[in-house]
Amino acid sequence: METTPFILPFTIGLLFISCFLVIIIGIWISSLSRIDKSRIIHSILTKKSWFAIREIVMESLLHRKIFRKNPVLGYMHMSLAFGWFLLIVVGHIEACNHYQTFSVPAYMAIFMRYFVTEPSTTLSGKILSASMDLLLLFVLSGVVLAYYKRANSRLFGMKKTTQLKLGDRIALISLWLIFPLRFLAESVSAGIHHNGSIISHPTGELLASIFPVHSFEMPLWWAYSGALGLFFFALPVSRYMHIPVEVVLIFLRNYGIKVQKRIGGYSRIQVYSCSRCGICLDSCQMSHAAIKDTQSVYILKHIRNKNLTDEKLFNCLLCGRCQPDCPVGLELNNLRITQRIESTKEYNSSYEYLKNGKIAVSPQTEVIYFAGCMTHLTPAIIKSVKEIFAVAGVKYWFMDEEKTACCGRPLMQVGQYEAAKKLIEHNRMQILSSGVKKIVVSCPICYKVFNEDYALPGIRVMHHSEYLLELMADKRLPINKLPLRVVYHDPCELGRGSSIYHQPRLLLDEYVELIPIKNEKKTALCCGGSLANIKIQMNERNQIRDTALDEYLAYQPDLLATACPLCKKTFTKSNKLPIHDIAEIVYMAILNKMDIEINISTQIEKANADKNLRF
Amino acid sequence: MKNFGYSIIKQRTIDYDQFDGRLLNEVLEMEPSFKVCLSCGGCTATCSAGDLVSFNVRRMNLLLRRGETIELESEIQKCMLCGKCMLVCPRGINLRNVIMLIKKSIAKYKPINS
Repeated sequence: METTPFILPFTIGLLFISCFLVIIIGIWISSLSRIDKSRIIHSILTKKSWFAIREIVMESLLHRKIFRKNPVLGYMHMSLAFGWFLLIVVGHIEACNHYQTFSVPAYMAIFMRYFVTEPSTTLSGKILSASMDLLLLFVLSGVVLAYYKRANSRLFGMKKTTQLKLGDRIALISLWLIFPLRFLAESVSAGIHHNGSIISHPTGELLASIFPVHSFEMPLWWAYSGALGLFFFALPVSRYMHIPVEVVLIFLRNYGIKVQKRIGGYSRIQVYSCSRCGICLDSCQMSHAAIKDTQSVYILKHIRNKNLTDEKLFNCLLCGRCQPDCPVGLELNNLRITQRIESTKEYNSSYEYLKNGKIAVSPQTEVIYFAGCMTHLTPAIIKSVKEIFAVAGVKYWFMDEEKTACCGRPLMQVGQYEAAKKLIEHNRMQILSSGVKKIVVSCPICYKVFNEDYALPGIRVMHHSEYLLELMADKRLPINKLPLRVVYHDPCELGRGSSIYHQPRLLLDEYVELIPIKNEKKTALCCGGSLANIKIQMNERNQIRDTALDEYLAYQPDLLATACPLCKKTFTKSNKLPIHDIAEIVYMAILNKMDIEINISTQIEKANADKNLRF
Repeated sequence: MKNFGYSIIKQRTIDYDQFDGRLLNEVLEMEPSFKVCLSCGGCTATCSAGDLVSFNVRRMNLLLRRGETIELESEIQKCMLCGKCMLVCPRGINLRNVIMLIKKSIAKYKPINS
């Protein structure tokens, strides 16, 4: 089989990148925990592998998620990924077909139009070369869009685009050059030998009639091979590492592997799978406060480059808005928490002052009520819950009425898992020793940690919105629809954090008129008050809060409902709109029903007057 | 030192010639909002940890400003980071960051003989 020196840059590059990938992915997989390794072994021959392959086709090649976000952006990614993939596959088939053998070297498929000087005579050869021309045109259309995106990202539904570093620039430029160079080289060869197919033939003839194509042929093929080689060498230091690593990620994810509480092989695979597409930039509310360098894409970049500072790592609300948008499906919050654990692991407190003791409660007690630290700062919520419990005749034990440790979640959000374990154990012993089988929590922050980290066998953890809904369904609560238009604000920890979207809405639907809004449920806004961010300044929090409030105000609601004391506390400070917790609204409705002389509108006015006094 | 006829309890003496302001300066540089603290004590009044043990956020501020690093180190361990202090603070001070900064930096500035 023929050969020529210009195949060297491509072949050396391919050899380098293949060895590099085998070694680095091998290291990552070997550093997985033993459980994760056995997950791989036990899943590899099951249908999970098939699901992974299907996901690779749908996401890595066709880019379905990006299509949903924006069709032009989706087309750009699909034409480059799927088009390039088909070019390799069809090119290989074409070479096999031409040489009538299955063992053609990789360079032969890539540079075939240089080596084959006579036009293809067989029908299959003609079809294959025509489809190769069309595929190259398909990829080139994506490249043209990519050029245009750098100049004007708005066409692609993206307000912002990521900043690139040197390795990315080299890889990007070589990627941009590969396909135009291939097109020119193939056309010029077609012009010299008067062969080629539906596109390369006329282009080649045209070029041959204008330029002295003989002197261009070799430089163009050298440049094409060089661009490929450069791309392969730049790949390990560029964001395009996501192309091979994402495939590994999809397999491991389908095998049930998740990001652990420590930095390991899988978290590295996740970090390297980030394509830095920048789709997370638009959903991040930090930009409302002009904070533009702490978004997930930059954090992952800094983790990769080993230059992540605390100032950036901890400057995130962990609201999770970026996560549903990520086309690669990365566990962005968990990756950040893993880094936070690493950053603060030496500073965990032991809380030796906590005295473990058993709790004795009356045997009639139906539920434990845990208000949470934040709810103690919004006493109206506690009052409403207590009154509702009285109306419904619920026998409860108010666990943190006076002195109780924090639930531990605020510590976990800044990475202090070891310290949080001490608080969790303290509270857990109290809950277990009480013997009560249901715990109702008013704060979504506490709710999440009780649900996920407390290990409370046989005990049902409920947010008060769930519990009130249950009381209503059991006809223990009177129903009374108030003539109020209400927008419901999904708290991050309850909505995206714990997937409680419907219960608060079902409850509100019975008591008020609920207005559907654009950014709700998975794309709900954050109030800006999150405890996960320890670096943000109060004025920046206020900007995030006001931008969210402005969006809600556009629906002209009578009041804003939420299910989180921290969201309530944060929004209340703005004074733009009355804001109430679900429990308060239910209590107001019940009061109204009971014909007590309290008019809701005057109560709202009173609340506003109170606020005016306070600020 | 001139003898005014008063006795001084040695343990409670703060010698400003020996004052070590490195930790204070670092915290103030990293979290400038702490400069505007007016020692109102709202943080201390609301503190969840203060309910369970003798822990005083305002005193922590005092220890930091006096450079009493050893006492500060044992005090700071008691904080549960629940964030109530930050929400009641009339000056909007980012107290949780102050606590984390002290926790992280205190080892660097602890006197060796402690």
